[in-house]
Amino acid sequence: MENILQPWPWYVAGPLIAVVMFLLIFMGRQFGMSSNLRTICTMCGADKTSGFFDFDWKAQRWNLVVILGAVLGGFIAMNFLTADPAVAINPETVSHLNELGFESAGKAYLPDELYSLEALTDFKALSILIIGGILIGFGARWAGGCTSGHAISGLSNLQLPSLIAVIGFFVGGLLMIHLLFPLIF
Amino acid sequence: MRILGYLFIGIFFGIVMFKSEAASWFRIYEMFRFESFHMYGIIGSALIIGVIGIQIIKRNKLKDFQGETIHIADKNKSFSRYMYGGIIFGLGWALAGACPGPIYTLIGAGYVSVIVVFLAAVFGTFVYGLLKDKLPH
Repeated sequence: MENILQPWPWYVAGPLIAVVMFLLIFMGRQFGMSSNLRTICTMCGADKTSGFFDFDWKAQRWNLVVILGAVLGGFIAMNFLTADPAVAINPETVSHLNELGFESAGKAYLPDELYSLEALTDFKALSILIIGGILIGFGARWAGGCTSGHAISGLSNLQLPSLIAVIGFFVGGLLMIHLLFPLIF
Repeated sequence: MRILGYLFIGIFFGIVMFKSEAASWFRIYEMFRFESFHMYGIIGSALIIGVIGIQIIKRNKLKDFQGETIHIADKNKSFSRYMYGGIIFGLGWALAGACPGPIYTLIGAGYVSVIVVFLAAVFGTFVYGLLKDKLPH
């Protein structure tokens, strides 16, 4: 039990993610999280605005149940399976983040500077959450998948398109962290 | 009964995402600075098992739980949509520090602000749907 309450090492987590993918494959489905965002658009009536949203969303209900489970899983993990949510990142990373103004680095699961309730009233922090979210939704659908659909499912199936997408993920991520972060923070 | 299966898979996925810290903004930042092996280890070990498992499924034409032969569709061949879309996604992934799976996990863990990221991601998807025909694919 003590081990469960600590952060899980990569060699435990990685294989368990593969298990999730295989369970869905054996259920006759595919592991891909971002397609739910399109389903939610259609449920909200977006099918009247673009042919892209004109599909039978009810065929995707199973995936909505998966994300409902993911919400419950997050609740269970935080409240019953975690002794201390602080993430012990590399001390060098902590000092870089301190220089950028992230005092919560190494002391929290998410940075207070962006994700605390007080930060919601901060124009800059709120803008970052909104712009980040828009880029995630827009980019995932343009690329036809996100980390789960391309980096895990697609690469496991040796798909060249997924490799291109994952290279794109890293180009974008590296640009953001190394070029844009010093300008933003 | 099947719906319970999906619910349990989702719960399991949510717990793994949270406990592995793959849902932590800090881990994503650390990954893009190449200052830890953690995230690469997670993705890499998932992939080694994933590649081997899918080869076994395909070569032995394994059947799913309903008895249907498993068929995993190939992705459509193209470059632009994967590279451009991928870069846009990567910018958002690094900025918000969350991808579309962990977003739900974090909301469940009680990080109310992540709902903003979620709603913005739904809106981003909607904007993509409106602009789709004008974008290179």
